[in-house]
Amino acid sequence: MSDFQPIILKNIPDYHNIEVYMKNGGYGAFKKALKMTPTEIIEEVKKSGLRGRGGACFPTGMKWSFMPQKSDKPKYLCCNGDESEPASFKDREIFEKNPHQFLEGTLIACLAMGIKTAYIYIRGEYYPWIVMLQKALDDAYAKGLVGKNILGSDFSTDIYIHRGAGAYICGEETALLNSIEGKRGMPRFKPPFPANFGLWGCPTTINNIETLANISPIIDNGGEWFSKIGEPKHAGSLLYGLSGHINKPGIYELPSGTLLTDLIYKYGGGVKDNKKIKMIIPGGSSMPPLTADEIEGLQMDNEHLKSVNSYIGTGGIVVMNEDTDIVKVIKRITQFYYHESCGQCTPCREGCGWMLKILDRIDKGMGRNEDIDLLKDVANNIEGNTICAFGDAAAWPVKWAIKKFMPDFEKKVRESVDLPIANKVHSLRLTHQV
Amino acid sequence: MEIKFTEENLKKLEEAKSHYPTEHAALMAALWLAQEQYGWLSTEVMKYVGNILNIPYEHVLGVAEFYTMYNKKPVGKYHLQVCTNVSCMLCGGYDVVDYISDKLNIGIGETTPDGQFTLIEAECLGSCGTAPMMQVNNYYEENLSKDKIDSILEKLSKS
Repeated sequence: MSDFQPIILKNIPDYHNIEVYMKNGGYGAFKKALKMTPTEIIEEVKKSGLRGRGGACFPTGMKWSFMPQKSDKPKYLCCNGDESEPASFKDREIFEKNPHQFLEGTLIACLAMGIKTAYIYIRGEYYPWIVMLQKALDDAYAKGLVGKNILGSDFSTDIYIHRGAGAYICGEETALLNSIEGKRGMPRFKPPFPANFGLWGCPTTINNIETLANISPIIDNGGEWFSKIGEPKHAGSLLYGLSGHINKPGIYELPSGTLLTDLIYKYGGGVKDNKKIKMIIPGGSSMPPLTADEIEGLQMDNEHLKSVNSYIGTGGIVVMNEDTDIVKVIKRITQFYYHESCGQCTPCREGCGWMLKILDRIDKGMGRNEDIDLLKDVANNIEGNTICAFGDAAAWPVKWAIKKFMPDFEKKVRESVDLPIANKVHSLRLTHQV
Repeated sequence: MEIKFTEENLKKLEEAKSHYPTEHAALMAALWLAQEQYGWLSTEVMKYVGNILNIPYEHVLGVAEFYTMYNKKPVGKYHLQVCTNVSCMLCGGYDVVDYISDKLNIGIGETTPDGQFTLIEAECLGSCGTAPMMQVNNYYEENLSKDKIDSILEKLSKS
């Protein structure tokens, strides 16, 4: 779609500056929303078909409607900018290029749900972007757009930035809540759901940064306008991140349902050194990988990805060429999950370590015949048996890579159990012992 | 040496405390301030942070241990954190680690004898479109090549 106009990463110089943003109609949607009732705002968001951009694709309007309108306790909004999923780097682009559109969306969300305090959770490593966003936030405070009696209305809300300190799991919504409370970021059982029992036991909504950045255009142009962009079941644009063996890596904002091959060849400039593709990760490291055959004609939105047993996730696409060692890649991804497991649930804490050990020995040429089945068994025992979705995220890449790239695993195992070599290794070991 | 926040940091801590309904929630902010002031979180520093926020030391330790960015042992003046996760790995992240390791003659997790550099392998830092990369203290150095690493290290070793 060549006539597509970006909704978030607009091509306007210095758009991060509050003056430029306001000159181009910025904070207009918020002013419009001030005249609407909370129900009207939520209905508009529901009509838009906007789904959460953090990976779960939950309808945003519906999530907002779960928040009790009347509550004796304070209500909270958490903006999830933890962005730690390997291959995801979209939120930092929003902090850098269009922070005010995100802040405006946050204000509208607070207005719709009657929230007086919002926390923006940003991963600790993003220090330069925290500084940028803090500047934008200070400018908004100075203009009377955040704080007490905003623009002379009776609506007041405060927005604070909470800096994380390096823990992937804090992107999980209930772990994020614990982290804001000053605790270890360990996910909580659900139910109770955050809408009833979130931060300090109060009603809380958690939205992704990109989700909130989509709110002000929806209020500006109407939910119906938004619902017509891209694929109906996953409306709007997505911030696709291209990385790996690709000529022009980066973030590309395009309608949902854009062809994966277009993303790679038209926008990403094709595979480095004109090599063939071996494997693609479609939406961050935890999403089941795809083979080169599967990407032909594949549209990038959640519904179409489900047809190849994968998900859109965060839209972080990793391209790997024909020379890629699949076992090494999966081992590296598993190493990440082993390092990041919070340690709360036994299947995940122990299982990730076991998978890493097995993958390591296969990779080093010490694999055993039964190792592939063992890996599958461990992955199956992690999946679905943990408090949060981290367990699935750790199991999927292993399980699906084995399913789709079995010959790569078999080759490494076969090479290592090949008898003459095995004898050699055996005798080497013996020599070392002497 | 007496462990105590500077006046400026005490003010920043008060500001952080005002953001939350409980003192406890300011713990992460307090640990960041402590790390900025002392470079790393020793037992004494963690005890001090616990005391001023009325949090048991054991809890402070638990939080400090949980988050990888809190340094539980001293690090060099420049903390070189090289990403080796999947996107960086495909673009030569491990070559960057090896190159720096050879050049500075230190292994992963080690510090140069002059206390200038510490090298570690980091998990994805959200810089996949500009791989390979490393984080030097708070800032990102992206699209690394051998020449670029040479000039970064040269500049840093002089400062």
